[in-house]
Amino acid sequence: MRALLFVLCWWLLPAHAVIETYQFADPSLRERYNQFVEELRCPKCQNQNLSGSNSEISADLRRELHRLLHEGKSDTEIVDYMVARYGEFVLYKPPLNKQTFLLWIAPGVLLIIGIAVVLVITVKQRQKKAELKQDNLSPEEQKALKQLLKESADD
Amino acid sequence: MARLKLFIPFALFIIIGGFFYIMMDRINEGEYHPQALPSALVNKSFPAFKLPKLEQLEDTVTAADMLGDIALVNVWATWCPSCHEEHQYLNQLAQQGVRIFGINYKDDVFKAQGWLKQRGNPYLFNVVDKQGKLGLDMGVTGAPETYVIDHRGFVRLRFQGPLNERVWQDKFVPLLEQLRSEKQQEGTS
Amino acid sequence: MIPELGHFSLILAFCLSIILAIVPMVGALRGNHDWMRLARSLAAGQFIFVLASFLLLAYSFLHDDFSVMVVANHSNSLLPDAYKFSAIWGGHEGSLLLWVLILAFWTVMVAVYSRELPLDMVAQVLSVMGMVSVGLLSFLLLTSSPFERILPFAPLEGADLNPLLQDPGMVIHPPMLYFGYVGFSVTFAFAIAALSSGRLDAAWARWSRPWANVAWVFLTLGIALGSWWAYYELGWGGWWFWDPVENASFMPWLAGTALIHSLAVTEKRGVFKSWTVLLAIFAFSLSLLGTFLVRSGVLTSVHSFAADPSRGLFILAFLVVVIGGSLLLYALRAPTVASKSSFTILSREMLLLINNVVLLVAMLTILFGTLFPLIMDGLELGKYSVGPPYFNAVFVPLMAILIVFMGVGPSTHWKQTRASYLRAQLLMAAVGSVIVGLVFPFVYGDGFSLPVALSVCFAAWLVFSCLANIREKTRNAKSLVAGLRRLNRSYYGMVVGHIGMALAVLGVCLTSQYSEEVDLRMAAGESTELAGYRYQFEGTRQVKGPNYNGTEGIIRVFQDDKQIAELLPQKRRYHAKRGQVMTEASIDASLWRDLYVAMGEELATDAWAIRIHYKPFVRWMWLGAIFMAIGGVLGALDKRYRVKQKASRSQVIEGAVS
Repeated sequence: MRALLFVLCWWLLPAHAVIETYQFADPSLRERYNQFVEELRCPKCQNQNLSGSNSEISADLRRELHRLLHEGKSDTEIVDYMVARYGEFVLYKPPLNKQTFLLWIAPGVLLIIGIAVVLVITVKQRQKKAELKQDNLSPEEQKALKQLLKESADD
Repeated sequence: MARLKLFIPFALFIIIGGFFYIMMDRINEGEYHPQALPSALVNKSFPAFKLPKLEQLEDTVTAADMLGDIALVNVWATWCPSCHEEHQYLNQLAQQGVRIFGINYKDDVFKAQGWLKQRGNPYLFNVVDKQGKLGLDMGVTGAPETYVIDHRGFVRLRFQGPLNERVWQDKFVPLLEQLRSEKQQEGTS
Repeated sequence: MIPELGHFSLILAFCLSIILAIVPMVGALRGNHDWMRLARSLAAGQFIFVLASFLLLAYSFLHDDFSVMVVANHSNSLLPDAYKFSAIWGGHEGSLLLWVLILAFWTVMVAVYSRELPLDMVAQVLSVMGMVSVGLLSFLLLTSSPFERILPFAPLEGADLNPLLQDPGMVIHPPMLYFGYVGFSVTFAFAIAALSSGRLDAAWARWSRPWANVAWVFLTLGIALGSWWAYYELGWGGWWFWDPVENASFMPWLAGTALIHSLAVTEKRGVFKSWTVLLAIFAFSLSLLGTFLVRSGVLTSVHSFAADPSRGLFILAFLVVVIGGSLLLYALRAPTVASKSSFTILSREMLLLINNVVLLVAMLTILFGTLFPLIMDGLELGKYSVGPPYFNAVFVPLMAILIVFMGVGPSTHWKQTRASYLRAQLLMAAVGSVIVGLVFPFVYGDGFSLPVALSVCFAAWLVFSCLANIREKTRNAKSLVAGLRRLNRSYYGMVVGHIGMALAVLGVCLTSQYSEEVDLRMAAGESTELAGYRYQFEGTRQVKGPNYNGTEGIIRVFQDDKQIAELLPQKRRYHAKRGQVMTEASIDASLWRDLYVAMGEELATDAWAIRIHYKPFVRWMWLGAIFMAIGGVLGALDKRYRVKQKASRSQVIEGAVS
């Protein structure tokens, strides 16, 4: 029976989903189960979630998950259960705490820096335009310039 | 000033590169193992359980039976090749007086008993964890694993992999000394 | 004997690459024409010897020479020939040799397709590529030689190629990726040459652009292939996991996308030179960083090669020299004198600047997320995992921002655009997209869904804004067809590429929202329903493959009582030492939906655990990638890169814009 679920003992296994025929008392439990098996990490494998791992420990954790869901535990309680045993490592969605604070605000901060860069360049461009207005071009040159700009604008 | 901001990518790279260098160095020195998972139980008490004793199946043992003194808790099974490797060393440690408890993890009870008869039993006793439920509560990821519990029953270290002389000297000996001095201090205070 | 010849050939290539790295560069700096001319022949020579080395290794694989270590580790006599060949890049050493071969190939391509470049430019570019070759070849020869032998006791049989890799998708995915990574070394070399010679102008951008486009095309296809392979092979219906190695390929892609757009601006308007050069350096640097992450063992990933600490340090040193050196050169030599040209907020330059910024923010976000666990571990602040929930949460909003601006960009003019003009152009497109977005979930699904509405709205925005743009451009022509013919390939490249993006967005979002799956036990004769299809399990039969035995399930699929497909999932046991059991899913693919079936364990005689997925629109994702690739190819094939510009016209233009 267990032939296909290889016991680990420090081997590395290829990624292969395991198909288990768990029954669920109702569809919402199944949905939560599906979400959990994707967001929980196999403690042993080379970066796989519980859904994609056929290691023994993942099978055990999936069984626990099924049991906990049917015992009526909430999402938070299930997360706490897993973290108490395996640490925050098993959460693919890092919790928001003092250490991970930087991780969660990083995209926002980078975006703000990006916006700042764009604004600075816009301002500089306005300054440059003011400077350019002082350039002198003869009327023929201005006309040629306008023509060329119009052509290249259509590219 | 404008020229300085051109150095930002270079500076960032040097920081990242330096960081990589430090990590690679640590890996080379054996101080850092990217795959190792520190136990979530460190500085917490050993999980409660009530399971049969391998040496005497009618008896049950609990976590309380393990407490009282500094000890190792070794997770092993007959299906695990590395456990075969480390068993010899565990026998040695037991002879030196190290207290070792065993968790027979998801194993066939009779095979396990036979194995111990054949190769010697370094354990004070073994817990039969057939379903792996205790292992789950301990955060076991596979076999072999060895935990160190202090005299109050708190988990202080989890080592993944087979024990040998080098690992013992590097990781366990310093910790055990520290734990002994803690116990003494508590005894005298 | 053969492996030794291969090794020797590699050493010869190494010697040539050293000469290539030094002589033409010195020649360019001193104006020595003979030395500069040497570059092309050196590139050719290097390629010939690396190719010879590669072919000799291939010979060892195809003839089951298990005295060669990589053959013993990755091949097996029962392996079909095609996989014996692809086993070359199944391991670290062989894949690195492939990398070097592709680099030598690109180098020789640059040598051939650079007739209109000034000689000193060619010499410098080829020299820089030679320097990269030197680094990689020394890494190969010193730490990871594919020609290591196990003598005198060669094994009688090889350990076999991991069955997961015995697959056509896995065969072309690495070479495609490498063509992309290495292709960015060309633009990198152009950037370095420009910085060191001080010639950073629009002509330089024009030369670089086709190379950037082609490299980007390969990388796009390589990533899409990887995603497609993961989908049909791994069994859980997923196609992207934000695994560190996947991210390592995605970051150069993001930088590369920014690069090809930035090059457009530099070519047309002579601005953004600094950005473009920096992006060219970034794209290749990220490729190299990816190589480091995969092979050093610092990060945990299913994709990593077996780690060896000494290798990691070598690559790191190489990285410091190449990336550190180039970024330092950039800081010292990038033009601090801004170009005279200016642009306003509503100009194409500004839109493309925003494009650059958003792509870079996305790239940096992914970089930080990928390195975060390592950083936390290094600072001993705990062991964390950063996975799909995080990356999806941060990446999707950034893409949404990007798409909004992608719709506006093509309709803007260079230098300045009147707001009223833009409004006239795009208002209908915007309104249309909102309507389509709102209506779609009701028409296709069971009712309103915000994610679906948003993604359809954004994808429609891309398409409608493109159509509005085409209409504008063909407005003055005699007929639509005449107008369409007048547009150049580069423009079509943009259109096809952006539509590809819309398709990919639709594929990703719709399949995530509307997929259904079920795992259940089925006995022979039983049937079940999912998403309007009836699946009937007919039982199993035994099958035999070239190097495996298997059990094949037979599942008939009915829609409205008519059989529309027969799916044959398999469980294979491979003969070779590893004896691994693999699950092969069976997919009925079509443009609109995939029906996906896989077998789990046999639960009782003739009763199996079966997984059924219904995945609508999933192919659109890869179709979108193919469109993007076609777009890139069109862009690279634009006539202006093939035809010499008439001298007078180009002088006037350059005079006007500089």
